[in-house]
Amino acid sequence: MSTIVSLPDQSTATLPKRSYLNAEHGLLSWLLTGDHKRIAMLYLVSITFFFFLGGFFAGMIRLELLTPVGDLMAADTYNKMFTMHGIVMVFLFLVPSVPATLGNFLIPIMIGAKDLAFPKINLLSWYLYMIGGTFVLASLVLGGVDTGWTFTTPLSTHYLNTHVITTATAIFIAGFSSIFTGLNFIVTIHRMRAPGMTWFRLPLFVWSNYAASIMMVLGTPVLAIAITLVALERTIGIGVFDPAKGGDPLLFQHLFWFYSHPAVYIMILPGFGVISEVISTFSRKRVFGYTAVAFSSVAIALFGFFVWAHHMFIMGVSNYSALVFSLLTMLVAVPSAIKIFNWSFTLQKGSITFETPMLYAFGFIGLFTIGGLTGVFLGSLGMDIHLTETYFIVAHFHFVMVGGMLMAFLSGVHFWWPKMTGRMYPESISKLAAVTTFIGFILTFFPQFVVGYLGMPRRYHAYPAEFQVLNVLSTAGATVLGVGYLLPLLYLGWSLKYGAIAGNNPWQATGLEWQIQSPPLTENFLETPVVEWEAYDYEWLAKKQQAELSHV
Amino acid sequence: MSVSSTFSEITHPPAPEIHASHDVHDHPFYQRHHFETAEQQREAAGFGMWLFLLTEIMFFGGLFMAYLLYRNWYYDAFVAASNSISVPMGLTNTIVLITSSLTMAMGVWAAEVKNKKLLQIFLLATVVLGFAFLGIKTGEYYDKFAEHHVPGASFSIADFVNPPAGSKEKPLPMDMAKKTEVYFSLYFAMTGVHALHMIIGIAILIVLLWKSNSGVYTSGYVQPIENFGLYWHFVDIVWIFLFPFLYLINRH
Repeated sequence: MSTIVSLPDQSTATLPKRSYLNAEHGLLSWLLTGDHKRIAMLYLVSITFFFFLGGFFAGMIRLELLTPVGDLMAADTYNKMFTMHGIVMVFLFLVPSVPATLGNFLIPIMIGAKDLAFPKINLLSWYLYMIGGTFVLASLVLGGVDTGWTFTTPLSTHYLNTHVITTATAIFIAGFSSIFTGLNFIVTIHRMRAPGMTWFRLPLFVWSNYAASIMMVLGTPVLAIAITLVALERTIGIGVFDPAKGGDPLLFQHLFWFYSHPAVYIMILPGFGVISEVISTFSRKRVFGYTAVAFSSVAIALFGFFVWAHHMFIMGVSNYSALVFSLLTMLVAVPSAIKIFNWSFTLQKGSITFETPMLYAFGFIGLFTIGGLTGVFLGSLGMDIHLTETYFIVAHFHFVMVGGMLMAFLSGVHFWWPKMTGRMYPESISKLAAVTTFIGFILTFFPQFVVGYLGMPRRYHAYPAEFQVLNVLSTAGATVLGVGYLLPLLYLGWSLKYGAIAGNNPWQATGLEWQIQSPPLTENFLETPVVEWEAYDYEWLAKKQQAELSHV
Repeated sequence: MSVSSTFSEITHPPAPEIHASHDVHDHPFYQRHHFETAEQQREAAGFGMWLFLLTEIMFFGGLFMAYLLYRNWYYDAFVAASNSISVPMGLTNTIVLITSSLTMAMGVWAAEVKNKKLLQIFLLATVVLGFAFLGIKTGEYYDKFAEHHVPGASFSIADFVNPPAGSKEKPLPMDMAKKTEVYFSLYFAMTGVHALHMIIGIAILIVLLWKSNSGVYTSGYVQPIENFGLYWHFVDIVWIFLFPFLYLINRH
């Protein structure tokens, strides 16, 4: 077991004189930067903005559903609300969240590189993201769009007079942002690793982002072409999806879900990576079955491409294909379960401490497991016919994406905050925020499983009065959840100026990122490091610290 | 022993002979600071380009998927519609494009042997051939426009229900004739996206041509020329699929 060396004396500690934060000054030095760490911070700020924008729409939806009648807004406005909620959260928050912020910041450092392979393309990705975001805001200002985030044809091409084209353009552009991010990561991980950083010494965070990048690179272009065809059909009237001309609306769904099902794993895989890092650090053990966890990410990436039609069981696919896709869907549960079991074994007999990131990680494991298990219900044909298009499905994917991905994102932001800013956040209030988020989440989405099972359909702004109690509970939970999200915004902002100095390695972790100063220098490493230890080798860390002490 | 020495390498600069490659004067002018060697940079850029082309395959893949599906369903409509577009024009364009691929490959070779003049000649030839392709394509589009074969409000199936006198076409039943619009939708979507790639390619070519004046690409820095060559060949290969799929459906 390792010995934990106490933190440096906080009263005398100061931030390093030179770091990526103060290397250059002025707004332009940020907007034209090639430094992956600065670009990560640009992403963090913009993604946070879009998260709270999407959260606002969620709040409006929950407020409307407080009463069974549609008294707050008209059906049309409500449709626009949930469409904007979905588009903003999926394309502008969940997909880029962990890769573009934490991945951008950490992947080069974790593998011992000075930057990503293509810094200019990295900056371009952020601009594409912002342009995409601007188009979404423009469609909102122009009057909104009410197709739902899935753009289902022929509804989107023929029957709605809203701003489908503006939004489609937004998604097309934001999609290229994610393609370029994925491409940059893959090349960097292949070609920029420091001497000694072999594939099986890579931190699992790098592995999971690698797998997610493969999916971004292969999946996103298919979404791009599907969206382009929708736009062409709306503008010049070509007939690829138009049944009146002999086109097939189901083809749109095949193309759309070929991206959008893998997109779920694009969202969740980087989160898995965060959880592996956090669990290992706060139980001071190597992740149990490191290789299995690494390969399960790649397995999820591969399986993820073969299950798209489980979104279409009730939409006219043949019984045989439904059967095959049901079976394939079950198979994805295997690599996901491998991860959950291996994290549990990592915890077993570990020296566990409950810092804030660990609390979020525990929240992740609990909520994601529920989300994953209810996914098995929906993958089973018979159950799916009863449950699909009800609130059960809403609860299921919120458990996976919000309970899973968002918990992982918050866990990661807290875990690496000291590295990114050089300062600690206040301990007790951050734990309070983690617990509040967890309770708020359960209260919001658990009643939705029940109300969905009882038959309340999704996407309706009014509902039978018998569902009101559960909806009130859900709305109350959403309020608690909102508080849980606002708290980190406040205290993390506060800590930028007043937080205690963190030191290089506040968690006593083994990754390369913890062996350099916080916040890091622009070039990350003065000299290219030579890696001679395995990932999560806490015995190596203990020896290193003893060598350090004997020097003093 | 290894543990402490590893750590000291992170914090203290190691002996210079181990990292001789870090001597600033050894770096070629085009090597970016975050790469260890010029070779690493070249490999990374090439790998990145191949990955980008992979995304392009997936992008066109959606269209090819749609094509295969509808061709299977509406084979007769696809045959009739494909007979209405000009094979000689398509064939000419195929030859033009393959030739431009050759001149581009020669351009990459010229950059590698550091011959500035040859490089510029070959790049210029590629630009000219690219424009020739787009010119012929415009002619084809114009014909379709004149025949009311562009999908949309003015689309007419008259030619397929009652073939003009003197043509070898058999008349199609009404419901099948309507499906020709799907063929033309795909024809315009696929060739249109392909032409867009050509336009982007020609724009990049012109920039490369202009920058090659300074001799930057004939001094060992062949990366941009090499990567652009990959892109150009890719666009060519897409056409190699489009030509038989769209023009030669009925030729056995």
